[in-house]
Amino acid sequence: MICTAPAQYDGRNTLPDAGAHERSEPMTAPTLELRGITKRFPGVVANDAIDLRVEPGQVHALLGENGAGKSTLMNILYGLYQPDDGQILLDGEPVRFSGPREAIARRIGMVHQHFMLVPPLTVAENVMLGHEQRRGPLLDRERAEAEVRRLSEQYGLDVDPTAHVRDLSVGMQQRVEIIKALYRGADLLILDEPTAVLTPQEADELLAIMRGLAAQGKAIIFITHKLREVLAVADHITVLRGGRVAGTADPKTATQASLAALMVGRPVLLHVEKGPGHPGEPVLEVYDLAVLGDRRQRAVDGVTLAIHAGEILGLAGVEGNGQNELVEALTGLRHAERGQIMVGGHDLTNAAPRRFVERGVAHIPADRHKYGLVLEQSIADNFVLSTYYQPPFARGLRRVFSAVWDNAVRLVQAFDVRTPSPALPAGALSGGNQQKAVVAREMNRPAGLLIAAQPTRGLDIGSIEFIHKQLIAARDQGMAVLLVSAELDEILSLSDRIAVIFKGRIAAVVDGPTATATELGVLMAGATPEKAAG
Amino acid sequence: MPAPPPLPPARRHALIDRMRRVRLPGLGQSILVPLLAVITALLVGAVIILVSGGNPVRAYEGLYEGSIGCPGALSGDAGIQVTRLVCASSVTDTLITATPFVIAGLAVAFAFKGGLFNIGVEGQLLAGSLATVLVGYKLDGLPAALHITLALAAGIAAGAVYGAIPGLLKAYTGAHEVIVTIMLNYVAGTMTSYLLSGVMKDPRSGAVARTPYIDTAARLPDVWPGPEMLHLGAVFAVLTAIGLWWVLQRTTIGYEVRTVGANPHAARYAGMSVARTVALTMAVAGGLAGMAGAIEVTGVNYYHTPGFSVGYGFDSIAIALLGRAHPVGVIPAALLFGALRGGSSRMQFLTQIPVDIIQVIQALVLLFVAAPAIVRWLYRVRQRPHTVIEERPEPAASV
Repeated sequence: MICTAPAQYDGRNTLPDAGAHERSEPMTAPTLELRGITKRFPGVVANDAIDLRVEPGQVHALLGENGAGKSTLMNILYGLYQPDDGQILLDGEPVRFSGPREAIARRIGMVHQHFMLVPPLTVAENVMLGHEQRRGPLLDRERAEAEVRRLSEQYGLDVDPTAHVRDLSVGMQQRVEIIKALYRGADLLILDEPTAVLTPQEADELLAIMRGLAAQGKAIIFITHKLREVLAVADHITVLRGGRVAGTADPKTATQASLAALMVGRPVLLHVEKGPGHPGEPVLEVYDLAVLGDRRQRAVDGVTLAIHAGEILGLAGVEGNGQNELVEALTGLRHAERGQIMVGGHDLTNAAPRRFVERGVAHIPADRHKYGLVLEQSIADNFVLSTYYQPPFARGLRRVFSAVWDNAVRLVQAFDVRTPSPALPAGALSGGNQQKAVVAREMNRPAGLLIAAQPTRGLDIGSIEFIHKQLIAARDQGMAVLLVSAELDEILSLSDRIAVIFKGRIAAVVDGPTATATELGVLMAGATPEKAAG
Repeated sequence: MPAPPPLPPARRHALIDRMRRVRLPGLGQSILVPLLAVITALLVGAVIILVSGGNPVRAYEGLYEGSIGCPGALSGDAGIQVTRLVCASSVTDTLITATPFVIAGLAVAFAFKGGLFNIGVEGQLLAGSLATVLVGYKLDGLPAALHITLALAAGIAAGAVYGAIPGLLKAYTGAHEVIVTIMLNYVAGTMTSYLLSGVMKDPRSGAVARTPYIDTAARLPDVWPGPEMLHLGAVFAVLTAIGLWWVLQRTTIGYEVRTVGANPHAARYAGMSVARTVALTMAVAGGLAGMAGAIEVTGVNYYHTPGFSVGYGFDSIAIALLGRAHPVGVIPAALLFGALRGGSSRMQFLTQIPVDIIQVIQALVLLFVAAPAIVRWLYRVRQRPHTVIEERPEPAASV
């Protein structure tokens, strides 16, 4: 079936009425072929003779570590970059896109990692933004809503076109982005790390949606570095490493270990090896802590906890059950309404953040852009963000740059933060390297308690392995570690004890080595410990 | 904590070498756009002069002669005897005009570094002038060094207090500093008129509302004696700019100011007191504005009148923007504004083009600086790619 409507689409007003837009049967995506795509940046070959073939009705996973060249390749396909060499073919016909508009006209859609939505507008308004449905000079809101509803039903997206985007969860917002691409006639969808921002449940739902889209003839390029998801959803797997195709794999025969080895270029330990913990004195003691959330709701409601030297306490829970508020209260960033926080025997309830710093509380924040880094400042400055005023980084009021520089050089090296220079702004680092920089800083200062919130979010396998080893090493040297993670696997493989948080209360504390994912899953959903055990 | 082991020295030095070779966003880039903005503004200004029937070449000749050149040198005006002295006086005029611009520009630039938009320079400057003039004429019989110091200190302190008000309100109540400083400008302006026509009025000034002259001991001495008359304030201005740069870059307080300005959340996370830093930043900015007023009173006017400020408060914003909020960058920006203002009357004298064209040019400079995309597009200046560095993983052996 040939449908030419999207090609005629003038790119400014509405989509042609009778074109791709209101067809009732699904149409088949073009076969995409990339041949020998090469892209050089100053000093770097980001893509080196990459071949890729994507068939209609298939989910093609593009797997690779940060900096492997996945995003560059997709930006070339979407017209954001021009390849230095190589060809893009759609149904065998060579094409050249000088911008996303041309790629969209050829039915290619992209869902970016960071959403491009206007929060106060409704779903339908966001979807038609730039491609407004009109009735004379007026917006035809009903028609846009009907169209969104139709797409939502056809692909099982379950999105309410009249809802305001600001009220939607991250997972729902992502579906709005998918509808936006479909609304513009996309038959080939590029999803750039779509699960990085999702909870495990939302991620599973998204994988089901991707299967549904493929079943109706869409082609999907799924960029990720999460092996489990790839094996669950992909029809084909292409692994990139260092800008080249490191190999392709068949999900029926591939294993997580084989894919990881292909990605990293060496065998990778997917499960951390750790000996039994040797818990000592309690370092953090929390009694009956209550904390209000942003909407003045009681986010943390009577939490009592103790973490001992030499142990990792994992805090498991579905996101939004008070984890963030708890961590903020334990670092002085949020006011505690009730209760007591003791660090190393000192009462730090509602103390200023600096007192937590000085009492040896290190904190890897969940939101690295908000709290973790000053993107405009140099990497070297970011490494001393909370110790800038202490020796050796300052002498009186004067900063000592040689010490700051030596510290930066050492951390960049030790934590493999990939940057040409620590004098560059932190914003110039890729996401994974930004996270490594934060982890490097927090694990490197004198502290007895490490609060690690989502410490491996957005990292590739090699870095995750590295950070897990560091956390274990910290524990073995007598540090108390509070690990807050949305990744159940991470909690299970690292924790000596696991506390499950549900609606701001600790539902249960279980022994780490014997806990199972099923048991935790039930507790996270709000069951009482007795039911979970039975 | 498991501190990573120190690197072997040889390897470490190789790494440092490699890192230092990387080109950082250079000085060239940050100067290029403001420079092109000024050139563009002058070109557009020339078109406007042409369209309104003037001769832009003659106009700019006049501007040049009146600001940095010698009157009559280019225009061949036989009426003026060209002497070294006259030439020097147009340059000193420019420098004297630029002096308060530098300091007031710093008041805006410093606040910018702390993430604050100080619209209140006008009011802080008036507060500083009032305090300085009061100390200047109320006290007498003091040794000059002491009297000058007291007068300047009073101006700086008054400006700092006046600047700290919006700073404290912002820090502890969240009141937006832009709104508060604008309001405080009106308060200062009205208070000045009231005091200067009331309790602080010079009884001998007749119908004119102005204060008495300050004591001669409270007047800033000239840098060098003679008719060129460049007062010491110009030196203070340059030293202040350099000192402020040093504070921002080299001290922990400067780092706190910059961090709070760039990301207050991260600053709080790092244990800095955001509220205290905001209040301090505004107090320093206000102190600078007060110093600008104090130097005008002690160096140029020797008294205070309601018409004292010739728009310093607002020009200082343009100057800070043109200087890219860099303390040292403010100096050339202020010199440009000083030259434009200093040369404008000579331009009007020669060409009958109204001095108001200068304000048009200043506005154009601000427009092009505030919208660098226009300049980049006009001159096809490529923005330094600000993309993520995606370095290819390299085998560890190559380091």
